[in-house]
Amino acid sequence: MKRKLLIILSGVLLIAALYLVLLWVPTDAIQGNIQRIFYFHVPLAWVAFLSFFVVFVAGIMYLVKRDMKWDYLAASSAEVGLVFTTLVLVSGSIWAKPIWGVWWTWDARLTTALILWLIYVAYFIIRSYINEDNKRARFAAIIGILGFIDVPIVFLSITISRTTHPSALIFKGGLAPEMLFTLLFSIATFTLLYYVLFTERLKIRRAEEEVKKLKFMVRK
Amino acid sequence: MDNFSYLFAAFTVIWVALFVYVFILSQRQISLKREIDKLKTMIKPEAK
Repeated sequence: MKRKLLIILSGVLLIAALYLVLLWVPTDAIQGNIQRIFYFHVPLAWVAFLSFFVVFVAGIMYLVKRDMKWDYLAASSAEVGLVFTTLVLVSGSIWAKPIWGVWWTWDARLTTALILWLIYVAYFIIRSYINEDNKRARFAAIIGILGFIDVPIVFLSITISRTTHPSALIFKGGLAPEMLFTLLFSIATFTLLYYVLFTERLKIRRAEEEVKKLKFMVRK
Repeated sequence: MDNFSYLFAAFTVIWVALFVYVFILSQRQISLKREIDKLKTMIKPEAK
């Protein structure tokens, strides 16, 4: 019941976010309508960071407790994080073309974000190559913990190096109230969507384990 | 300066990708549930 309610709520909030972004929020005076990508690009990045933080915490918990439930949590969150990071890179690239004139530039923010994406692609490649459960969980936890080091680097890249990427206006008070509201609404919506996708992915991982156990019992 | 085609492309990519991901998750859940039910029925007669 709670699960269905959360799925419906996230669907309704996504439609409301679309309305706010496409129809309600005022058009940016400098960039025009293309700036509306911002209201999805930033929340996608936030959710990607959040999911990798969950991977980081779950990785530490696995190494401390050696309980597989932490590995399932980390892997589920990493998958959702990878989907969202892919969308951050793609939406950012589409936004860059009309504004910067190029699809991609080796700017500090873009490069560190691409490295983050590659780290979590490697996370899944390594997971798929190791058959032994505990060994796979241990290696994945280490990559998840070390990989998270890139998250603050991505975040700070715009302040510690010269970059063409815009700075975080939200912290400088550079957004009009309607723009700030739309952004925060979208961040809240995508955070809920992350929670829904993460819990659904976790259910699949648990079901996969149940299948493994049942197959073992059938073979016996 | 409006670049509607880019805005349309970005929104399409985001929404299509999210829908595809949700669809993949739901299909995987359905097939796992079927597999679990099938395996349980295989175990039950043996338990008797």
